[in-house]
Amino acid sequence: MIEPGHGWNTSFKPVIWGFVISLLLTLAAYFIVVEHLLVGWALISVVIALAIVQGVCLLVFYLHLGVESKPRWNLMIFLFMVLIMVVILLGSMWIMRNLDYNLMPVTTGYGEHG
Amino acid sequence: MTAPEKIVHEHEPDPHHGLYSRTVFGFWVYLITDFMVFATLFATYDVLHDNVFGGPSARDLFYLPYNLVQTLIMILSGFIIGLGGAVAHRKHRSGTIILFAIAFLLGIAFFWMELGEFARLMAQGHDWKQSAFLSVYFTLVGTHALHIVFALAWFIVLIIPVCAHGLTAANIRRLTCLRMFWQFLGVVWIFIFTVVYLLGVK
Repeated sequence: MIEPGHGWNTSFKPVIWGFVISLLLTLAAYFIVVEHLLVGWALISVVIALAIVQGVCLLVFYLHLGVESKPRWNLMIFLFMVLIMVVILLGSMWIMRNLDYNLMPVTTGYGEHG
Repeated sequence: MTAPEKIVHEHEPDPHHGLYSRTVFGFWVYLITDFMVFATLFATYDVLHDNVFGGPSARDLFYLPYNLVQTLIMILSGFIIGLGGAVAHRKHRSGTIILFAIAFLLGIAFFWMELGEFARLMAQGHDWKQSAFLSVYFTLVGTHALHIVFALAWFIVLIIPVCAHGLTAANIRRLTCLRMFWQFLGVVWIFIFTVVYLLGVK
């Protein structure tokens, strides 16, 4: 499909692949939401999964993540960033939902509270 | 099996290629730190987005077709600048300038729509002081808009050396960094579109 290494700098193919994938996944996510094809957690997880797949495709096809020659410093530092990102995101969600659960009365949504 | 390749690589270092890949690596490290900035803002958004303080939620405020058009403009712009990057490496100067200019104009259109939405919300009285949700919305999307401002300024600044000196090695490095920055903003926007707009309105 695509020649490895520096051919990526001059080749149009990865750019076109990235564009087509990006367009299809964006429209898919949009229609899933607008046409109410899924509900609840299924909707949230599918739409976020589509965004992550699209993000990874764009990083590979546009920003050439992982196609460099060996020692792959660009990839290594990216993977370390993903680790920190997961800690920040999942850590915040986990700890703040626990706080809500432990501090707020069950019957009242905290939106009305102020 | 891979040993001969390695020896060739180590014994014939290409100074220009070395400088190019070092520049790309350094810029990539910057983009990594920027990813973390946005990750922190997304975490904040997730924590605060339900706290509407009796005011409007995402469902009341956003109109998805508008944001879809915005997203499609950003995707198209990232595609065009990707073609521009490939053409720059093929040393076609006029093609490079034209493609980067089209990406720039699409970027202006995108930025105009981003500002248009801010202006609409503010005109309706929904500014960042109204609720924690609106504070974090303006912080997250506003940070993206601020990056877009710097990127658009960078486009304008880069036209001068490219027109004056053509596609020298230094200018190709600069164009590559701008292309990476612009496409990085496209990736961040996909997540804003998904998390803030699609999942906000769902």
